[in-house]
Amino acid sequence: MKTILILGAGTAGTMMANHLKDALDKNEWEIAIIEESKTHYYQPGYIFIPFDMYTTDEVCKPTTEFIPDGINFINEKIEKILPGENKVLLHDGKSIDYDILIIATGTKPSPEETEGMLGSEWRKSVFDFYTFDGCVALRDKLRNWKGGRFVVHITEMPIKCPVAPLELVFLADWHFKELGMRDKVDLTFVTPMSGAFTKPKAAHEFEHLLAEKKIRIVPDFAIERVDNENKKIIDYAGLEVPFDLLVTVPVNKGDALIERSGIGDDLNYVATEKGTLQSKVKPNIFVIGDASNLPTSKAGSVAHFEAEILTENILRFIKGEPLMDDFDGHANCFVETGEGKALLLDFNYNQEPVEGTFPIPGVGPLRLLKESRMNHLGKLAFRWIYWNMLLKGTHIPFVSAQMTEEGKKLD
Amino acid sequence: MEKTVAGNTIQVNEEGYLTDFSQWTREVGDEIAKEEGIVMTPRHWEVINYLQEQHKQETALSIRRIGKSGVVDIKEFYALFPKGPLKTSTKIAGIPKPASCI
Repeated sequence: MKTILILGAGTAGTMMANHLKDALDKNEWEIAIIEESKTHYYQPGYIFIPFDMYTTDEVCKPTTEFIPDGINFINEKIEKILPGENKVLLHDGKSIDYDILIIATGTKPSPEETEGMLGSEWRKSVFDFYTFDGCVALRDKLRNWKGGRFVVHITEMPIKCPVAPLELVFLADWHFKELGMRDKVDLTFVTPMSGAFTKPKAAHEFEHLLAEKKIRIVPDFAIERVDNENKKIIDYAGLEVPFDLLVTVPVNKGDALIERSGIGDDLNYVATEKGTLQSKVKPNIFVIGDASNLPTSKAGSVAHFEAEILTENILRFIKGEPLMDDFDGHANCFVETGEGKALLLDFNYNQEPVEGTFPIPGVGPLRLLKESRMNHLGKLAFRWIYWNMLLKGTHIPFVSAQMTEEGKKLD
Repeated sequence: MEKTVAGNTIQVNEEGYLTDFSQWTREVGDEIAKEEGIVMTPRHWEVINYLQEQHKQETALSIRRIGKSGVVDIKEFYALFPKGPLKTSTKIAGIPKPASCI
């Protein structure tokens, strides 16, 4: 009996467990997955928690509910990967030998990387929203907040779901309008990038929306520290942005396990081949989702597209065939823009987001890079798709792993 | 587009970044620095050399990585190249503007 071992049962790891269960001969292969959390969080739902648009129950389910029968689920913390010995050490002292390893340990906010971020104002007037506890704490704060300077801030790229900070500021604008207190709130978006987004056409569209909603943007801001006493963030050039309520996106780093194992870069991401998803650490180690250093978005949609290609490549690797070099960095992201609308981005390593129709070229019903109500309904429907199709590895109709140029307005 | 700098004709993009690193000379770097309002010192050149080395090794550049390089800390990097040090220094170095990753 041979073993394929998956590290992490988040979006990517859970999808791989489901794909591989159907793809591998169970008389020959044992599939094991290690995860320390008993709860699987629907992370795309975090954005709605602070505004009481989702309840906490809607984003939490037991991890094991999505791990198919016949898979060895190990609820334990991972201590270290020993690539040379094809072995993984667990926190409880046990170890597991593997033939093939899939790293799906994701990325995490690391507020401790920035001076003062975890200071006296942490979760009092300084919040994160990429963690369950963080978005709940922000919700509790907003329920009684009387207004003032509301600052949304990105510390450093890359981050998980790079559009979420924009969504948060758009939803905040809508939220305060609904409460009839928009005139009491000064909204500012602070980013280390030169514009609202990394890709020019989408940046232009977002900057237009920010201006329309009277949200100020402070670009090129490289934070040095959070001044808790005077409630301001200060950048290396000495620029200061004062706040009454700061919602920050801390530095994102791969799991500390990657550092302990000595197989990551300076942000704990694992060097990975762009097209095949094989690690550069060792041929029998593969990487999926946010844990890799691939130059694409760290997002669930990316992991979903990767999973289809990685499953094929694991089969080829087992048979000793050349790997499929086909992953194109495909990402597909809904962006909530408030007032019941959203826009949709579809892009890859080479093609930036442009206007068009999706998923059926020329038809839609979703619109690319344009606000619409249908896109917002798409985002809400996505929660059902996530729990019922995505995690289970079911192919989503009309949406291929590789990005299609059809239905897109290209120059 | 073409641009004449320090007597050399070089190819640059619409933001003024060299599109062909082989056209870079120290004189070209000096001239771009002047346009950015920076007077180059030996310390500036040390940083530029480091950036060019990283570019040749195809290492993605970020302020964090430069801060940890041991060549310059972030505070000094800002002092040397005020107003967006990474953007300015890479332009002077004749290498592409780092696209902060997605």
